[in-house]
Amino acid sequence: MEQLIKIMSEIRPDLDFEKETKLIDDDILDSFDIISIVSEVNEQFGIEINVNDLLPENFNSAAALYDLITKMLNE
Amino acid sequence: MINNCLQYLEYNALNYGEKLALADESFSLTYKEYMEKAKVIGSFIAKKTNSTTNSPIAVLIDRNIASIVTFMGIVYSGNFYVPVDALMPKERIELIYKTLNPILVIDARQKDVSEEGTVKYEDILDSSEIEEGLLKSIRDNAIDTDPLYTIFTSGSTGVPKGVCVCHRSMIDLVNSFEEAFDFKHETVFGNQAPFDFDVSAKDIYNALKVGGTVQVLPKKLFKMPKMLVGYLIERKVSTLIWAVSALRIVSDFKTMEDGDVPKLENIMFSGEVMPVKALNYWMDKVPNARYVNLYGPTEITCNCTYFEIKKRFNDDEMLPIGKAFKNTRVILKDEKGAVIKEKGKVGEICVMGTCLALGYWNNKEKTDAAFINNPNISAYEQKMYATGDMGYYNDDNDIVFASRRDFQIKHMGHRIELGEIEVALNAIPNLDVSCCLYDKENEKIVCFYQAKEECKKEIVMELSKKLPKFMWPNVYVHYEELPMNKNGKIDRVKLSETFKKSEEK
Repeated sequence: MEQLIKIMSEIRPDLDFEKETKLIDDDILDSFDIISIVSEVNEQFGIEINVNDLLPENFNSAAALYDLITKMLNE
Repeated sequence: MINNCLQYLEYNALNYGEKLALADESFSLTYKEYMEKAKVIGSFIAKKTNSTTNSPIAVLIDRNIASIVTFMGIVYSGNFYVPVDALMPKERIELIYKTLNPILVIDARQKDVSEEGTVKYEDILDSSEIEEGLLKSIRDNAIDTDPLYTIFTSGSTGVPKGVCVCHRSMIDLVNSFEEAFDFKHETVFGNQAPFDFDVSAKDIYNALKVGGTVQVLPKKLFKMPKMLVGYLIERKVSTLIWAVSALRIVSDFKTMEDGDVPKLENIMFSGEVMPVKALNYWMDKVPNARYVNLYGPTEITCNCTYFEIKKRFNDDEMLPIGKAFKNTRVILKDEKGAVIKEKGKVGEICVMGTCLALGYWNNKEKTDAAFINNPNISAYEQKMYATGDMGYYNDDNDIVFASRRDFQIKHMGHRIELGEIEVALNAIPNLDVSCCLYDKENEKIVCFYQAKEECKKEIVMELSKKLPKFMWPNVYVHYEELPMNKNGKIDRVKLSETFKKSEEK
């Protein structure tokens, strides 16, 4: 989780990812952020988040994204 | 005689009143409803301002059809609209208002938000009625060189510039588009571009010209591309006039599966150079659509050249920007002002015709610098807009974009002056001086800054108060002292080389 927060904060230093829970619904992240986060996460965690995983419920919070990553790592 | 864009709306309301004109995620309007609501807003403004005309009215926009209706309402009042994204930092909005001095601000956003000193869209509709006599007298006095809208764009000195476009230029655009691309009554335009970008004007006015439909696509779809493709299918979208970056979201994530693709007739793009690889993905998935590369800055009313893609290009080839639209003249000019005819020689792309904007609102100096008199004509005056884009002719006599003459860049579909970012950066207390470059290959804005200590977080927090998100640098490189060149200026060449080397590692 710490690593993920670090990745996300590096891309958007202005946000507190421990607290935000509506990153997509409230239009906080833009498409550039999503692309940057996905490519960093894929690289650092060695997974392949693909287009089917790009859903609001997976990206609304760092915790949700972390669940997705954990799920993919266990598969 | 067509001399006002509202005539298109009125023709459709009269002849196809029940046809779906506008739709967003939650609402929709027929042509008749569209016109009536716009007339109510127009009447309200005329009464409130004592029939002031040709003055700016700002609109706080959203991804909704209320924004479009408000635009037309303002046009009914004989004034012109200025779309403003309320999500922009306050300081930037104030900077725009200072230049603009709007006589009124209308808030077209959803119900539950409001802003002091503005009038809500719903409140106008609830409280006002159509005053046909008043609207008629306004129209009787209108001419086609009256302003239609003003759209603000990045300015190198830190102050955004308002490009002011008149009715005649837009009438010219929709006529040349209809002729080039035969849009039809059945065409459904899937609007991607925010309303404060003139790309969206092509959806609004082309639809009005042919009596088509505009589907305003919700912003979140462009982060979740699978949902986007589903929405295009569901809403029966047939035509995309999009920023390159938006089309690339679909191709980069390989979103479409065979059999699950939208039925598209026209796929048109502009804003930056389309990578052939992304284009080929689309052409594989949606093979029967017409693909068009559109080119042009806001100052010449959306687009001045187009190139229809009729063959396959290789991944490493450049797509030409093509040839001029009808009733538009595009030339290449060398440093001495002479017209370039030979192939391969690079010159500045210059544009002439009815498409030229009236200028930058309330900024004579910038207007005179960019809208010059054609140096090759002395017997009469012909205005010419020097784009700052450099191009050359290929073997087919199509123009190919080569580079920029200055520090303007295209990033994620946005036109940005690096100078404007630097002005904002240099105002930050703990930062001595800065310099921004664009890393084209990785599509990132790189900020080199001189400060005693690394202070990225502070920089981003400060920038977020002044600049819209798309202007924030993506990479920060801290220097205790930035390298200088012989002229005592920051050495951009050296910074760029050092950065490239560090990236290669």
